[in-house]
Amino acid sequence: MATRLEQQARPDTMLINMGPSHPAMHGTIRIMLELDGERILNSEVEVGYLHRAFEKTCENKTYFNLLIYTDRLNYVSPLINNLGYAMTMEKLLGVEIPERAQYIRIIMSELSRISDHLTCLAAMAMETGAFTAFLYKMKAREFLWDVIEQTTGARMTTSYIRIGGVRADLHPGFDAALKKGLEETRAVLKDVHGLLDKNKIFLNRTRDVGVISKEDAIAYGWTGPALRSTGVSYDVRKAFPYSSYDRLEFEVPLGERGDNYDRYMVRMKEMDQSLRIIEQAAVRLPKTARAFIVDGVEPAASIRASRRVRVREDIQLSPNLEGSEKKRYPDILTSSPGCAVPPKEDTYTSIEGLIRHFKFFMKGHGIRPPKGEVYFSVEGGNGELGYYIVSDGTDRPWRLHLRAPCFHIVSALEQLIKGRYVADIIPTFGSMNMIGGELDR
Amino acid sequence: MEEENTLAVLGRRFPGRVREVLVSPGDEVAEINRQDLLEVVDFLKSAPQDFSMLLDLTCVDYAPGKPRFEMVYHFFSLSRLRRLRLKVRLDEAETRVASLTSLWKNADWLEREVFDLFGVVFDGHPYLRRLFMYDGFEGHPLRKDYPLRRRQPRIRMRD
Repeated sequence: MATRLEQQARPDTMLINMGPSHPAMHGTIRIMLELDGERILNSEVEVGYLHRAFEKTCENKTYFNLLIYTDRLNYVSPLINNLGYAMTMEKLLGVEIPERAQYIRIIMSELSRISDHLTCLAAMAMETGAFTAFLYKMKAREFLWDVIEQTTGARMTTSYIRIGGVRADLHPGFDAALKKGLEETRAVLKDVHGLLDKNKIFLNRTRDVGVISKEDAIAYGWTGPALRSTGVSYDVRKAFPYSSYDRLEFEVPLGERGDNYDRYMVRMKEMDQSLRIIEQAAVRLPKTARAFIVDGVEPAASIRASRRVRVREDIQLSPNLEGSEKKRYPDILTSSPGCAVPPKEDTYTSIEGLIRHFKFFMKGHGIRPPKGEVYFSVEGGNGELGYYIVSDGTDRPWRLHLRAPCFHIVSALEQLIKGRYVADIIPTFGSMNMIGGELDR
Repeated sequence: MEEENTLAVLGRRFPGRVREVLVSPGDEVAEINRQDLLEVVDFLKSAPQDFSMLLDLTCVDYAPGKPRFEMVYHFFSLSRLRRLRLKVRLDEAETRVASLTSLWKNADWLEREVFDLFGVVFDGHPYLRRLFMYDGFEGHPLRKDYPLRRRQPRIRMRD
């Protein structure tokens, strides 16, 4: 079937494809252009090259198992996706989580937000020719990802924020690592401001390019930094405070014109605010008196002993992730039964623990929320990241729908580039922060 | 003063045509008939309700229940910071519903997505074409009767 663009094109114009394999098309998206010289008369955006049937897969996975798929939505800020899903489930289950876990969640999701913005702006800067700024931002992102890696055990596919809390407590060297990461990021942000803010080339490519009005942005369902660049103050963290955001002080930076430069500036300023939030949260993080277990009984020895008598000593777990010991559970996970993976110490050494473990993972058991449906959203890197879950009372969702923020943003691309030059596509598309995994699901 | 419940306003404006559904914790949910959709959303979008943003639009397949499909709309009011969920039930024999493209621009892609994955037809949509799947794909993958692991032949390379 011929596309609308092909059918309606004038005979004297040129039709050309941009993407799906084009270095500036972040992942895979295809823009069909009808060109008169360098001028774009019409365009059509085609998505779906990264469609992995996320929603269909989730309908066939248990509530616990599908968490890992949320990592792969917006793969630059997986922790926020985890958080959105976990909090939707907590709303459905009616679960309260410990304060320490709430602050850990805030710290981790703000770290992700910074890395998300850094990635977006780095790519945008590189595509407009500022390779130095790209390298600087990638360097800062590495420092943040080091912190994330040390805490969660993974750089991108973290699965760290779980239903009912977080997977593990912070490691002993967290404060120092965080401090270093924040210092480096601050320095890089200062450098990037100096490199780009008044850079003539950058301004020419971004100022008054890709302009969207307030009304159009709302009509397109834009949220997040892209909406705020038009001057609309809407941030889920302020409008519907979740976790402990209402106890932290931060501002919502706004733009004025809704062009590429404003989207750049709003993201830059938002990173400053995120750094502020992290610092406050790190101070307010309730201290834990629970020490890390370094020398306990070996699991094998403990299993041997458990055949005769119940083991009451500390067990040294395989150090796959520090901070996931049973003793730390009250700090990081909800006390509601059946929401979180039972502690490994129990699973290995007692029959009840083993049964609980199997009850959690067995088909037809595990997390079974009551019948009903729920919508919950968090502020993702791109905007309002919402989950809509319909539960039929079984261990897997009847329907799970993701409100992907960049889906709405990219749907406005055709309008934004209409009548502009081909070169304007690059910064406009770059400032939208299209993430294939989130857009196509 | 406590702000008035949107459902109460809707109930007064459209007596007997808006049903309140209480299935969701903390959210306002209303169910309306298919033919009332445009009238109701037009009322919701205008002041004083001011639900200026179409937050989300999706469909749920309740097969083998009847009516089989349910369209789910999430509206959001920026001025009042409120969300509203509106539902329209669709029978399998007639999976058609009015398009919201004249009111919200993002309805274009959202409805294309639902058309693609559920096969719901939107009357008045200017360009109802598959969004994620390719032309020539058979069936609608998010319907419950579409098998999880069904494979479809790869499409031939175009010349």
